[in-house]
Amino acid sequence: MQSMASSSVSVAAIPERRRPAAIEFVRQIFVVMVKDLRAEFRTKEAINASLAFALVILLLFSFAFEEETTRDISGGLLWIVFAFAGTLILNRSFAREQPNDCLDALIAAPVPAAALFLGKALANYFLVLAVELVSLPVFGIFHNVNWTRQFWQLMVVVALGTWALTVIGTIFSALTVNIRLREVMLPMLTYPILIPALLAAMMLTTDLVAGKPIGPDTVSWLKMLIGFDIIYTAVSVVLVEVILVG
Amino acid sequence: MSAVAVEGVWKFYGDFPALRDIHLDAAEGAALALIGRNGAGKTTLLRTIAGFSRPGRGSIKIFGDSPREVAARRRMGFIGHGISVYDELSALENLMLYGRLYGLPNPRQSALEWLERTGLERVRDGLVREFSRGMRQRLAVARAFLHGPSLLLLDEPFTALDDKAIAVLQRLLREAQAEGKTILMSTHQLREALELATHVALLIRGKVVFHGPCTAEMVSDPGFVYAKYGEQ
Repeated sequence: MQSMASSSVSVAAIPERRRPAAIEFVRQIFVVMVKDLRAEFRTKEAINASLAFALVILLLFSFAFEEETTRDISGGLLWIVFAFAGTLILNRSFAREQPNDCLDALIAAPVPAAALFLGKALANYFLVLAVELVSLPVFGIFHNVNWTRQFWQLMVVVALGTWALTVIGTIFSALTVNIRLREVMLPMLTYPILIPALLAAMMLTTDLVAGKPIGPDTVSWLKMLIGFDIIYTAVSVVLVEVILVG
Repeated sequence: MSAVAVEGVWKFYGDFPALRDIHLDAAEGAALALIGRNGAGKTTLLRTIAGFSRPGRGSIKIFGDSPREVAARRRMGFIGHGISVYDELSALENLMLYGRLYGLPNPRQSALEWLERTGLERVRDGLVREFSRGMRQRLAVARAFLHGPSLLLLDEPFTALDDKAIAVLQRLLREAQAEGKTILMSTHQLREALELATHVALLIRGKVVFHGPCTAEMVSDPGFVYAKYGEQ
């Protein structure tokens, strides 16, 4: 008891660091994102499964389609792989919080639910993007397609399409976290909502892989993709508190 | 101002009322023991007070704020049935994570101090998944106390704790009480709880049937409250 009394630590309230609200919000997003990425890199359970799935599907598709056919459907083929492989990562997003009731501690922390959501969404985004960036060269090799002719425009489309996939997947991961069949429910809920974004990404990707840059006839797909990202990010940020707490 | 003010709270699971018109008040510095049989609604009440779910009817105030207000959450520490620490992270990383989420000025220093206090400093870099049950529980206690909460919500805190973890928790709770912090704990370990409690509330089927000061009679005979106010 003596050492306790003389201890420098006290259960007295520790003053929190005061920062401008916007900076504090960004900092909280970053803390949650780093936590999720660190936990995933320790176990690698989601990213390994996702990567393995993507590579196997790309290999199987390479047996199924002729080279010419592949060029015509490259966008659809790639985004189906990205969407399915991405779901394996997104499924783990909130499920990771379950084993020790960690979600309770996150909800109890003085962090807005929006910061929690955006932190998780960003962590998922980088994981899904990593799988996609490995899958693209593999797709080129397996299908004998030069996909780099409009490289930077393709990267923009991949970045926007991946955010659409991630933001919808993360919010539905929060919604389905307590459902026993969440692995089945998540794709059933997310894919129908993702149709406009996937359609836009597929159309743009097919043209870009074929070497056609984004032009007046395809720019509307790009606008749709950007609009989808903005609208669903805003809706998710507003709804996440209700989804987590009720 | 009350630390916790619960006014006419109802909580439904479907049509089933898990909490029925709960009125409860805990002054600052009080230690309230929530007792009741399994399924009486203790955990539901604590979780609703902690802001994990909203009441169907009624209101809850934590130091005058809604439980979902950031100001209220900053002043709360919660120990639930789960330990709420990540198996994939080390003990130090876990506490630093929560230190950062609570905006502590020096999360690493606070984490190291609490690891020392809970006797975990030698395993600070070990992953939690490699910890024994007792070590995990002590880490959960450190997590809940890390940010110096003014209100401690403890859901059956002594259940399944080993001797060392019980000693650590009792010591910390006594200190917290001496510093004027408010404690709400649900428990089946009546003897441990009533030694700390200033007040007792008995829940039966989602309703508070007794709420009052903890008396010497209750401490000497933990079954007294059940015998006098509970169902036979």
